Formats: sequence, C-alpha cells, structure tokens
Amino acid sequence: MDVLRRRLLQSSVVGVGAEIGSALAGLPAHAQQKIVSTQDIGLPPLPEGAAEQQTLEALNGKVPLIRRTVRPPNYETPVQYLDEVFTPARAFFVRYHLANIPEVEARNWRLQVGGEGAANTADYSLDDLKRSFEVVEVAAVCQCSGNRRGLFQPHVPGVQWGVGAMGNARWRGVRLRDVLNKAGLKKEAIEVSFAGADGAPLEATPKFVKSIPTWKAIDPDTLIAFEMNGEVLPHWNGYPARIVVPGWTGTYWMKHVTTIRALVAPESNFWMKAAYRIPIGRFPAVDRFVSQETELNTPITGNVVNSLITNVRSGQQWTRGKPVEVRGIAWDDGRGIAAVDVSIDGGMTWARAKLGADEGRYSARRFTATVRPMAARATAVVVARATNRAGTTQVFDTIANPAGYHNNAMQRITVRLA
Amino acid sequence: MKLVLSLILLCAAALGAPATHAQEAKLRLKDGAARDKVMVNCSVCHSIDYVAMNSPFLDRAGWEGSVNKMIKVFGAPIAAEDVPAIVSYLAENYGRKPETAGKK
Repeated sequence: MDVLRRRLLQSSVVGVGAEIGSALAGLPAHAQQKIVSTQDIGLPPLPEGAAEQQTLEALNGKVPLIRRTVRPPNYETPVQYLDEVFTPARAFFVRYHLANIPEVEARNWRLQVGGEGAANTADYSLDDLKRSFEVVEVAAVCQCSGNRRGLFQPHVPGVQWGVGAMGNARWRGVRLRDVLNKAGLKKEAIEVSFAGADGAPLEATPKFVKSIPTWKAIDPDTLIAFEMNGEVLPHWNGYPARIVVPGWTGTYWMKHVTTIRALVAPESNFWMKAAYRIPIGRFPAVDRFVSQETELNTPITGNVVNSLITNVRSGQQWTRGKPVEVRGIAWDDGRGIAAVDVSIDGGMTWARAKLGADEGRYSARRFTATVRPMAARATAVVVARATNRAGTTQVFDTIANPAGYHNNAMQRITVRLA
Repeated sequence: MKLVLSLILLCAAALGAPATHAQEAKLRLKDGAARDKVMVNCSVCHSIDYVAMNSPFLDRAGWEGSVNKMIKVFGAPIAAEDVPAIVSYLAENYGRKPETAGKK
C-alpha cells in the first residue's frame, strides 16, 4: 500500500491527480499511469488510429483527460474517475461540436428567453436568475449520445469515444419550468429550444441549436444550472450556465446557454432533423419525442440502462477460493437502477450486487459484489448487468445504428485464476 | 502553400481555444499527394486529429461521404476540383486497408 501511495503521488507529476487515490487503491500500479484501454476493461478495441493518437492532456482547470481531438476540444474522463459515484468537475469529460468557444464572463452574460410559444420575453443576468427563482439541485448522469461509439463493430465515423464520455454530478440551478412560466408559456408551445455562446468558424455552418419537447422542459428536474458538485461550472462544462436535462443524453444539455425559446413548430435545423437520430423502433424502452419523429427515425432521448465495472482489468490474477470485490456504477434514463447482477462465468450464473446510496433516480448508482472464484478453469469472465425499474437490461451485443449511439453492451473481462 | 497554411492555422488559433494551440501545432498528417490541400481545407474548422481518429475503417466511399458532408452540411468552402484529390489522399492514407476489408 505504501508503495502504491508513493507511486500515486509520483504519478501526479505526469498528470493523474493524487486526489483520486481512494478510487485507485487496489488497482495495479501500471493502470494508474497510462490510459486504460477498452480491451483492459473487457470491451472491443477503438479504431487503430484513435488508439494510437490518444494521449492524457490537461485543459485549463482540468486534470489530464484522454484527448480525442484538440479543436474543437473533445476529452474523455479516464475510467479511474468513474469509480466513485460522483465525477469530480475537474475530471468531467469535455465535448464540443464547434471550435469557437468564447471565455464567457459572468458579469457580461445574459440569458434571453422568448419565442412564439411564450407570451413575454425576458432577459436575465446570472444574479437575476438566482434572485428571481428557487435554486434547486439534482444528481444526474450527463452522457454523450456517442459514449462508447469507438467500440462499435464495424466502426462508425464520429468522435471515437471509449467509456468516458460521461460523468455523474450534482447540478445546481433554477428550474427551466419556473423561467418558462414567468415568460408565460402558451398552450401551443410544442418544443423548447436552446442556443449557446459557442459557434463555428464558418458562417455557413448550422448553428448548434437543440430542442426538447415541452413536457420535458417543464419537468421540475430540468434545470438551468450554474454549479456542479458544489462548485461553479468549469468553463469547459458550460460556464456560466448550462441546461441540465436529467435522464437524456448530453446533446440537449446546452453549454454556455444564452437563448431559450418556446416554439410552436418543431425545430428543424441540422442538429435536430439529421443529427442525433436513431432508427425508429430499435430502442423501444426510452422516451419518445413525438413532434420530431419521422417514419424512419427519431431523436435520441434518454440513456439506455448501462453499467461500468471500474476496478477489474483484463489479465489480472485472482486466487481461487479467495473473495474479491467487483464494483462500478450503473445508470439509466431516470427510471432508476433496480439491480445489478455480476457474473464471473461469462453470464451463465449471476450474483446480485449490493447497491450504494440512492442519490436520486437520475444519478448513477454504485454497485459492489463480492465474488469467490472456485472454478477449475484457468480464467474467469467478469460481466455486470444492470436492470432498471422498468425491467430493461443491458445487451450482450451492441444494437447497430448509423451514428453509433446507445452502446450498452456488457463488458466481458477475462481474469486469470491461480 | 506553407504560408497559406500558417495563416489559416493562425486564424483558426486566434478564434479557437487558447490552451490548445501548442498541441494542435504538433499534429501531423501522413505524407502524400494532396496532404497540404487536406491540411488547409480541413483545418479551417477542426484539428486534423479528426482524420487519424476515424481510421482505418472508412473505404473510399466512406471518406467521400465525410468530405461531402463537410461541404454540404457544414459549409466547408472546398473547391469542387480539389475534392477528388482530398478523397484519394484520405482513402489511401487513412482508409480501410484492402487486406482487412470485409473482415470487420
């Protein structure tokens, strides 16, 4: 342990923060100083090009994250940080579509509220927002729609994410519903759209504007947030304010939000009509977004039920007959995690894991299972399977879709038995 | 060409995120005909690590689709006469390798 500690402290020089020591305790030392590959945690490989060029690098105010692209910045949270139920803000993943990202100053920031579906327009400073509305908090997973895209076989183009385009945090802000009600939301308002301060280098590029159905916008858990985990939002996660849509994928969580509009007709820009879509009927367990549906496809909505084993690595050695802990986190779209089962024989038999504290239905849930490998075989294949309160579970193989969304295939981590 | 490239990168850098300039300057594309064309055109909107990240699994039609999406959807001002050379460069240097085609 002392050796491990020392290595951890040394490793902070090369970038892995020492404050995650507790999360790393018990992991082999080598796992703390290099990027944990997706094969190391029992998942398929990234494309060769993505695996070759990935590197740990710290953006301003962040610990070193796995760099996927420099500009626009796309940086992934290393799996070590996902071992705890809440992901530190400084380790939270970064995802942008468009490269012009202004450093917004809170004192200059304004939020415009309006649209044809609102009776009035309004204009708020950050202080106005905090003074005018009740400040509330919700724990929720923010996960990129394309988290684990890089693990689809065959590969599909896009940012080749491993497992870390996600995080779980306590988001603090005001209810979008309260702000919309103040603006006089009309009954014909069908969607609510968001725009942020970031933009494209080219005027011709479609503005990144996203919309959600009104029913989701007036959900009391949908927020305009200005803090995460009790700290001011990091620049890279949307400072000074971002939209939080608990249960739904990150594409709707507009960062540096500047404009909120109630719409009487569906938003029809590229980011809604063409991007972020899944084939209709292929993922039936998630929310519908009826005003945007076509015969072929529909916008991605909620996170499919998923889990991540964080403390087991391919090729590590377990001793027969000796109890060993398998742990990680599980999450879904807000139905809530009902159970996580763990198998060490590739899914033939299962043991129920113990769930950690319930931080709310949109939060990730920690799980731990103590297993005792007895098999005479040379290896054990470790699998975790989360089930939510609606009874849906993870899949053994990914469900193909053109943009590589909703990858909730179970890990299969092979460990050696001695 | 080098000058044009530097100017474009400078502009991009001036508009982009300050913390990442130095890192972007270190990125390299493989040598090959039309490498500079790819660099100049693609770097207007994004760093060139997007190319290697998406390799080597797209075939020629896949890269052609990506380039056309950049032009038609995102408004990239790529001259029509440059498109075939750019697509060829991407397919040859970052495309699915013939010996593995069909296996994945």
